[in-house]
Amino acid sequence: MTDCVAIVIVSHSPEVARGTADMVRQMVGEDVRVAYCGGNPAGGLGTDVAAIQDAIRAVDGPKGVAVLVDLGGAETNSEMAIEMMADKLRGEVVLCNAPLVEGAVMAATEASGGASLDAVRATAEEFLS
Amino acid sequence: MEPDVRRGIRELAVARIVEHADELTALDQAIGDGDHGINMKRGFEAISEIAEEIDALPAGAALQKAGMTLVMKIGGASGPLYGSLLMAMCKAMPGDPASRRDLAASLAEGVEAVKKRGRSHAGEKTMLDVLVPVLGAISADADDPLAAARRAAAKGLAATKDMMATKGRASFLGERSIGHLDPGARSSALLVDAVCDAIEGKI
Repeated sequence: MTDCVAIVIVSHSPEVARGTADMVRQMVGEDVRVAYCGGNPAGGLGTDVAAIQDAIRAVDGPKGVAVLVDLGGAETNSEMAIEMMADKLRGEVVLCNAPLVEGAVMAATEASGGASLDAVRATAEEFLS
Repeated sequence: MEPDVRRGIRELAVARIVEHADELTALDQAIGDGDHGINMKRGFEAISEIAEEIDALPAGAALQKAGMTLVMKIGGASGPLYGSLLMAMCKAMPGDPASRRDLAASLAEGVEAVKKRGRSHAGEKTMLDVLVPVLGAISADADDPLAAARRAAAKGLAATKDMMATKGRASFLGERSIGHLDPGARSSALLVDAVCDAIEGKI
């Protein structure tokens, strides 16, 4: 299982994050490790740098982690989280410039075939073009 | 810089953000997602909670600690933006900043970090429309740099009203973002005023 790229889902809403993770699991089963987080440090809508770091740490592996985010703050907070922990991780972590739900499902599908992190990101980002 | 002044900057910065939280939220409801006030309040109150620890640190380390607190507690994009501002200012901050020149060098690092973090520059209806002119004002050899900084902040903030947002959530509104002050520019102007007031001893 650790020979697949892992997926992290970051949404402003805990329900959206969990729902997206459920959809990914339904599509690709348990082969790809998926972690998710949503909500600000006070439990409201928003994102939480510490929670993002926990999610990344939970699925960190040698093949790397693709992070999917929803809106502005989720992206900025995820970038910050990744920068702050990059040297303590086993694998590379990249942020995908893709819609959250579609991107996560596409990324996980690609990852389940054993693709590289670059390929996983490229597949997620194809949704934009 | 005297410990009293540093403490004053911290206290006044927190107080102004808390006092104006509703106003920041109202501005953000007009063109953003309406959480700027509550997020900033949560972040700055978290700084108050570790006030003793921050006050005991050297100036640069205090900025680093305060910046990290904002990153971890704010929960919106303003966390990494204000956090990066303070943490980068730490890099160029001497142990005991004494002069206008020290503050200007430190703020220059901070402004660069905000530009990089937000992939933005002045003129895009953001906090940079206040911070960039303020940096210009205190970098120049003005007779009264604090007055120049206040004027630059007020003017920069006012100018955001007629700008169209191209960064952040406000950019979704396109032309409809015109006619509203930018909430991030407003919070930056509040903080600039707080720092100036504290340095002048108006607490």
